[in-house]
Amino acid sequence: MDLYGELILEHSKRPVHAGLRDGFDAEVHHVNPTCGDEVTLRVHLDRAGDEPVLQDLSYDALGCSISTAATSMLAEESVGRPVRETLATYRGIHAMLMSKGADPGDPEVIGDAVALAGVARYPARVKCALLGWSAYLDALARAGVDISGMRP
Amino acid sequence: MPALTAGESARIRADFPILSRTVRGGAPLVYLDSGATSQKPLAVLDAERDFYLRHNAAVHRGAHQLAEEATEAFEGARGRIARFVGAQPDEVVFTKNGTEAINLVAYAMSNAGAPGALDGADPEVARRLQVGPGDEIVVTEMEHHANLVPWQELCRRTGATLRWVGVTDDGYLEDPRSVIGPATKLVAFTHVSNVLGTVVDVADLVSAAREVGVLTLLDACQSVPHQPVDVTALDVDFLVFTGHKVLGPSGVGVLWARPELLAAMPPFLTGGSMIEIVHMERSTFAPPPQRFEAGVPVAAQAVGLAAACDYLDTVGMERVAAHDHALMGYTLEQLAQRPWVRVLGPSDPAHRVGAVAFTVEGVHPHDVGQVLDDQGIAVRTGHHCAWPLHRRLRVPASTRASFGVYTTTAEVDAFLVALDRVPQIFGVSA
Repeated sequence: MDLYGELILEHSKRPVHAGLRDGFDAEVHHVNPTCGDEVTLRVHLDRAGDEPVLQDLSYDALGCSISTAATSMLAEESVGRPVRETLATYRGIHAMLMSKGADPGDPEVIGDAVALAGVARYPARVKCALLGWSAYLDALARAGVDISGMRP
Repeated sequence: MPALTAGESARIRADFPILSRTVRGGAPLVYLDSGATSQKPLAVLDAERDFYLRHNAAVHRGAHQLAEEATEAFEGARGRIARFVGAQPDEVVFTKNGTEAINLVAYAMSNAGAPGALDGADPEVARRLQVGPGDEIVVTEMEHHANLVPWQELCRRTGATLRWVGVTDDGYLEDPRSVIGPATKLVAFTHVSNVLGTVVDVADLVSAAREVGVLTLLDACQSVPHQPVDVTALDVDFLVFTGHKVLGPSGVGVLWARPELLAAMPPFLTGGSMIEIVHMERSTFAPPPQRFEAGVPVAAQAVGLAAACDYLDTVGMERVAAHDHALMGYTLEQLAQRPWVRVLGPSDPAHRVGAVAFTVEGVHPHDVGQVLDDQGIAVRTGHHCAWPLHRRLRVPASTRASFGVYTTTAEVDAFLVALDRVPQIFGVSA
């Protein structure tokens, strides 16, 4: 079926930057109580420059292919980039997932996550695709980053 | 007792118009989620509609003719539903659902500790209802959260201790006598596991509870839809089920309890309808069952549930059980031919009712459910409100196919065809 494209299956089988690593600024544990999916996620920020940069994002995810792949894509797209830019990616993914299929997503903004466009047609799965992202936003907030305006 | 014939099945299915709709771009609906909620026959919808069209009024209130008719319909429904489980009408309390029925008992037990709550009650019954530090509430590891969390909370409020009967690797209960003892106040357990379909040996748990003289509560939400249930034969003290799983409307649940217990129990919810005399400072309460039915009761839903009882009795619960048994045997036999499927719970169909939960090696249940849904097969995925049981079986979640009286072998075949696509889509070996 078309929901499960190659990119989703590849990311879910071999999640990028998976595993928990030391030297983090904040760690969070998020669950999806309806299905039992869980993710533990750590952010490590580099604050030496003008703006915080996401030096590392490490995680341990237990869940369906959609939630695992989405978290892997989040890590792949975000590690090494200024936090501000990763939040723009979040806005793009969130808009796509909430569009009920109308917004196919811009690969320039959200990268591999365009493969998740099909999820928008299944409202029950949108939460799966956003589990890692909601953990990431929470971890940023706990690390002292201002994410006001990010919560829809 | 023979299973339903193809002709009988077809006639039953014609009573459930929703079963002939299509989903996901034209796929015929194959509804295998009756364990979550059953579909409703026209007779149930008609009964509810007829109540609203012709008799609607607030029951137990007002002196007008409609109020009389509504009250008669509501109390008639109580009698009909009581008869369905071998009970007397005034032993049946209507609640919102099964969860509320269990909470009603849990709160009655915790309210029993309040000053004056048991004034006038039989001292022996009063003693059995009171819970405090040093007492134990026993549940099992296979309970739905609805028969676990209320007891956790009762223990938290009263200082009692929660204990549980464990589950074996193959989905049976461990020896209850290792847990039930002199400190036990109540044993609350399910009749049929909503995940594993395991039929619990009620007689064994009841006799273990009787040996130490403690109360028993049976969660019959997953047994009443599939097999004859008789409160006298089961010999428990409380029995709970919900209307929407047994072809009835949502919004109505049932608590049955021994009359001497109901007579002594303090109320859970308070307000209108459940009082005897009200002063500004204090009130006295009506006798059961009204004492436990605060507010305008769920009349239309009760009438709908009574119609569901009529419907099932017309089919015959023995035959409903035989039909479920045939579906269960066929499904387990077919799944056993697929080494990439791990069925949770007993492998013997004689020990199961209603539901088959399974995992597919290397594929998350949510993804299995998605592939099935895409082909019109409605199943449940996740932990099915039994998270500790999944933890015990060392799986994060499962996919569950569950049956109703209208389920057919052809639907099980359609489910299997859809399921066989899973290994290929996710690149795991079949």
